[in-house]
Amino acid sequence: MAIFLNKDSKVIVQGMTGATGMKHTKLMLGDGTNIVGGVNPRKAGTSVDIDGNDIPVFGTVAEAMEKTGANVSVLFVPPAFAKAAVVEAIDAEIPLAVVITEGIAVHDSAAFWAYAKSKGNKTRIIGPNCPGLITPGQSNAGIIPGDITKPGRIGLVSKSGTLTYQMMYELRDIGFSSAVGIGGDPVIGTTHIDALAAFEADPETDLIVMIGEIGGDAEERAADFIKENVTKPVVGYVAGFTAPEGKTMGHAGAIVSGSSGTAAAKKEALEAAGVKVGKTPTETAKLARAILAG
Amino acid sequence: MDLFEYQARDLFAKHGVPVLAGEVIDTPEAARAATDRLGGKSVVKAQVKVGGRGKAGGVKLAATPDEAVARATDILGMDIKGHTVHKVMIAETAPEILEEYYVSYLLDRTNRTFLAMASVQGGMDIEEVAEKTPEALAKVPVDSNEGVTIEKAREIVAQAKFPAEVAEKVAEVMVTLWDTFVAEDALLVEVNPLAKVASGDILALDGKVSLDANADFRQLEHEALEDKDAANPLEAAAKAKNLNYVKLDGEVGIIGNGAGLVMSTLDVVAYAGENHGSVKPANFLDIGGGASAEVMANGLEIILGDPDVKSVFVNVFGGITACDEVANGIVQALELLKSKGEEVTKPLVVRLDGNNAELGRKILSDANHPLVQRVDTMDGAADKAAELAAAAK
Repeated sequence: MAIFLNKDSKVIVQGMTGATGMKHTKLMLGDGTNIVGGVNPRKAGTSVDIDGNDIPVFGTVAEAMEKTGANVSVLFVPPAFAKAAVVEAIDAEIPLAVVITEGIAVHDSAAFWAYAKSKGNKTRIIGPNCPGLITPGQSNAGIIPGDITKPGRIGLVSKSGTLTYQMMYELRDIGFSSAVGIGGDPVIGTTHIDALAAFEADPETDLIVMIGEIGGDAEERAADFIKENVTKPVVGYVAGFTAPEGKTMGHAGAIVSGSSGTAAAKKEALEAAGVKVGKTPTETAKLARAILAG
Repeated sequence: MDLFEYQARDLFAKHGVPVLAGEVIDTPEAARAATDRLGGKSVVKAQVKVGGRGKAGGVKLAATPDEAVARATDILGMDIKGHTVHKVMIAETAPEILEEYYVSYLLDRTNRTFLAMASVQGGMDIEEVAEKTPEALAKVPVDSNEGVTIEKAREIVAQAKFPAEVAEKVAEVMVTLWDTFVAEDALLVEVNPLAKVASGDILALDGKVSLDANADFRQLEHEALEDKDAANPLEAAAKAKNLNYVKLDGEVGIIGNGAGLVMSTLDVVAYAGENHGSVKPANFLDIGGGASAEVMANGLEIILGDPDVKSVFVNVFGGITACDEVANGIVQALELLKSKGEEVTKPLVVRLDGNNAELGRKILSDANHPLVQRVDTMDGAADKAAELAAAAK
């Protein structure tokens, strides 16, 4: 089962022919992802050989979908062109668009989110500025290393890429149903809540690990959601307890302003919802282990 | 990036938001000519990126050019809530103010949309208005693809219950303020107060603008707005090398890959510091994915150049990046620094996990650098780095 992505997913890559796109297309293929095409209007009709796989390049997302039945697009398009690429994916009504691109202007991400909404949210957007998602043993859509862990019964949702990897590594012997990096930008498509709802509904997920960080109120809202809707055990981690007010910590969205967005408030909200919250990634992994051990 | 008031004023003027004349100066004597140009009287306003400057004595009226020089002398160099005043704006004196309003546009992260906020209770801290009289602050979502037309602006103004005689003028300001917000890729544009003056005109008397650094690629003029004087010298040096660095006030230098992991590292070091003389992280530094020897060297150079740093913690999880490359980067960085004559004297604790970690650890062990210690768990390495910093304090 897993969430959002499985062995039947047919993946195209927007921006495949760039250096980053090529590198990660190769890695995704190595993880068993069914990559059916790339999109680049200037190279439409050609094909690219990647490790013996002949990957056709299409002019548009719509054309790629029509010819291949693609239902997932992974975007490695540079920030200046990312908005147009996401809008194209939305217009083509591809079910899932995973926006890896880092550094997209907020006016652009707000615009493509508003556009997706106005089109009835037929396209689920993950990201931007995210590592994508992986269903170990089945498919990998993004840049999460495929060899950290194996298939298992933990679901993971995280704002941060490297903390996703760290947590997968800590719990690598248990394995994951799916791990979703939702990104650390102020405006993102898929939220903690969306992933929590999907993991709750996924019969192959027994426990959910959720990683948050300072900025915004997504974790607080996720806590409210958990209280009402999640019956599976949830273990949490929040990064940024020592972050000073008014300084952006790497992610455009990771900033404490005034009393809002602090790690302490997020931890408190999660704990009030029955989530066990670890002080460090390692302690969080231990909490997950203890729950799974019964 | 938050702007100074004079920079916000300039952007407002550029996009048609009504403002008073003003210019920025950084020497007292320049206040004379500037005041002359305004007809002989002016308001001298401290330019600091913090609220409450009026109460702190940072805004003064000057009835003559001489008086403007005297007031500028008082205000330049003044400390306002920890901010030193390096510049003052010499502004046209406002006509008699009859009413003060508040208007802004900002990102509403929760709802993933833009938001217009407007209130007829301006002039004071808007957070106070929002708390004490929330009904006096209208919040109207704005679809980024539809924008603010005059019709939309009228809707905002109506919701905020502006008096009929100013409604249309305020609506016009809302349109030009939206133009500023979009054209400048702002995260926030705020006018407080937006004043109704004796002539019946509406004027933006003070404002805040915050710009989105992610839009710098298409906002080429924004670089000139950066306050290079105020930047911490280490932060400025890091920025020049494209490093994502924030100076903090502790003793343990931190280098890691990935914003979330580095943030987490700061926390773990602070917890460990509780057992070691309350040492704390000295900085945030994310070297990102694919850290080459050069990036590692640049990062180490910045951190070792910080006199507050007593020990360094390099915390890397090899995702796509292979740990052997990272280890080679550290070894080469230390050699590079040595060849530059910047011999390293502070202890480094390195934790490598993930992709090719074994190989990376072996490279560090083989290099056998006297100042480099390997600890293979994040919590253990943080504890070691804190202990070393406490010992060197």
